[in-house]
Amino acid sequence: MAVCIAVIAKENYPLYIRSVPTENELKFHYTVHTSLDVVDEKISAMGKALVDQRELYLGLLYPTEDYKVYGYVTNSKVKFVMVVDSSNTALRDNEIRSMFRKLHNSYTDIMCNPFYNPGDRIHSKAFDNMVTSMMMQVC
Amino acid sequence: MEPGAAGAGGGALFLPLSDSEQQRYSELFARCCPPGAAAAPPEAAAGGSSVGELFRASQLPPDTLHQITEVCGAKRVGYFGPAQFYIALKLIAAAQSGFPVRIESIRNELPLPRFMALKNDSEIRYGNPAELHGVKFQVPHATLEKNSYKRTDEGDKQEPKSPPMSPICSPPASPSSYQRTPLSYGYGKSRNGLEQQHGAPYEVRHSTHQQDGPSSGNYGAKSAHARSTLNRSLSAEREPPDSSTHYADDPWRITEEQRDYYVNQFRSLQPDLNSFISGSVAKNFFTKSKLPIPELSHIWELSDVDCDGALTLAEFCAAFHLVVARKNGYQLPETLPETLLPDYLQAASLKPRHDCTLFDSYSESLPGSQQTRDFNRTETSAEEIPDNSALIQDAKKDDKQVLKTSIAIKPIPKEFQHLTVKTVAQESNALKARPRSRSYSSTSIEDAMKKGEEPPTPPPRPQKSHSRASSLDLNKIFQQNAQAARSGWLPPPPPALPPRPSVTQTEQVSEVELHPQMNRAPSQTEENSSTKKEVVLAQPPSKPVRRKFRPETQALENPELSPTINVTSSLPAVKPHLPVQKQSSKQKRAIQTAIRRNKEANAVLARLNSELQQQLKEVHKERIALETQLEQLRPVTVL
Repeated sequence: MAVCIAVIAKENYPLYIRSVPTENELKFHYTVHTSLDVVDEKISAMGKALVDQRELYLGLLYPTEDYKVYGYVTNSKVKFVMVVDSSNTALRDNEIRSMFRKLHNSYTDIMCNPFYNPGDRIHSKAFDNMVTSMMMQVC
Repeated sequence: MEPGAAGAGGGALFLPLSDSEQQRYSELFARCCPPGAAAAPPEAAAGGSSVGELFRASQLPPDTLHQITEVCGAKRVGYFGPAQFYIALKLIAAAQSGFPVRIESIRNELPLPRFMALKNDSEIRYGNPAELHGVKFQVPHATLEKNSYKRTDEGDKQEPKSPPMSPICSPPASPSSYQRTPLSYGYGKSRNGLEQQHGAPYEVRHSTHQQDGPSSGNYGAKSAHARSTLNRSLSAEREPPDSSTHYADDPWRITEEQRDYYVNQFRSLQPDLNSFISGSVAKNFFTKSKLPIPELSHIWELSDVDCDGALTLAEFCAAFHLVVARKNGYQLPETLPETLLPDYLQAASLKPRHDCTLFDSYSESLPGSQQTRDFNRTETSAEEIPDNSALIQDAKKDDKQVLKTSIAIKPIPKEFQHLTVKTVAQESNALKARPRSRSYSSTSIEDAMKKGEEPPTPPPRPQKSHSRASSLDLNKIFQQNAQAARSGWLPPPPPALPPRPSVTQTEQVSEVELHPQMNRAPSQTEENSSTKKEVVLAQPPSKPVRRKFRPETQALENPELSPTINVTSSLPAVKPHLPVQKQSSKQKRAIQTAIRRNKEANAVLARLNSELQQQLKEVHKERIALETQLEQLRPVTVL
């Protein structure tokens, strides 16, 4: 159950960002923005030798006291960043991976839509529904 | 007032109007008047454009309408005053009833004029009760078929038909007639085919088909204009769609004529009805509808259920229907209505697609691979089996192999042949809809392997093959024993047999020793050979492999034992204890079954081999990758 999910384009601007509304959303935006540096670092570290073998799932980007940030990058350099509450210890790595996989699948579905121009903001309802299902249920 | 006014304006023309007529006419006049002038009906003049629209909506031929305007005096006077308007309406009613357009004809009792373009609920209420197809007034942009139905002489017959037609026609306007309106608005724009349509005798089905031709041809040309006019009229006359409660069906159901129209449009984009329309083609087509891009995007999302960026015929119909509905003012649903699902549409459509739905279950499930095997068996082409099963497994990984599957399926009886394309389409749809773990992470190798391993588990075969070089068949041994016991012939085989089969056994790694107690051992040796290769990989993949091998090998062993035993024992036992003919016939049968089983076993083993080879390759790749990584890091660590 994520607290914030963001889709970042290749040029590092957000295509889609959504967070649990109760918290200060700006904080999450800032966190996602700073996490992009870490993502880039990971990509460049891996990317030199083995572009084919590069793992799409980047894992824990960095932890803070309140939450953890996970990253995932596609082969077209579109990044998914997920912020998860640290107190949610039950969330395992596999689950994070599966959440990213779902995100990636939904993203490819969006790309299949000929009316979507890559680089546009994402407005798809299906994508929204999928993200809602992954966000924390805050009453 | 009206008669007086009519008299005053029409040059001493006294026009008796019944109450209902008065009501109707005044309401129509009020509508045509510019809004501000409604307060003073006698002095107001109806707006020329709205009057024109109204007249066109009466579906009369244009020259009739010209005549009417002349006769009613508007041309003379220069505007449509109330008198002229009422006379015109009366003349329209007359013309629609078949009377000539003359002043004399309107002195009679006439039904109310019928206007197709008006999207007004109130018209129902104002409709003359004698005209039961007042309900049809609400049919705004009716198709020509509906026009035919509204003929007074046919009215009652067509009454029962109106409910099924009506859902499309529930206000603001019918989606199907959406395509007709460009044509009816052709009045004044292009008169060629249209007058025929209007004036045509009411074999309207025929004319509808005629219309389809020009409509599809004109669609692209006039769509821009037509849609803009439609938009205008819609915005001017939009009413809340409460009359949907009047009708049994829902607006999301596609009628036959709509479907025909959609199919024709599909054909104009893509001649092969069984194939796809690509995303870009569809985008250009739907962009012509002038809907905003986000809405089109949403419509695409709804209709492209398999998310492959292309539209099949059913998806195209659904998308088109949604576009039409949206143009007519309906809000787009959040999820695709049931009646627009491709499965529903395909099931409801032509025969070939019926078979296609059968093939859905056939092609999408693993037992489907069994079915292909069964089909192939009926063709007695056992060589197909390994290809099919192998391809069907791998088809999950690669669409190209789906095509190979379809090619391999060709020998299947002809009734299925024409469906192979659809099968491919269906399978590719199904495959794409499957969880796409194939390419997204490095763990996918294991996933793929797992997926690759499980399908090869063959269905339990009735008989097992036997190869002379391979293991022996315990079942057959025992069968033989039983038979021999019955015939009182057979020497106890097990001790005699081991030497011979063990010679042949060494030729194949995977084969077993004869000894019944050694049943487990051979399977284990086989497992060991395979697990050596798999030790490098993770544990879970090896388990299904092992499990799979065991039943196979056991199954393989048991039937295989007996034929060889049969062969071997036949030699020592030729000593004339038994009628040799029985034995030879048994032998023949046994050999034939043995051959079949051998082939199957061969196929299974070949498949296994290829899979193991693949695994080996992947492992090698990983190894190379790791080694290069190590190379790179080494200089760093040396420091």
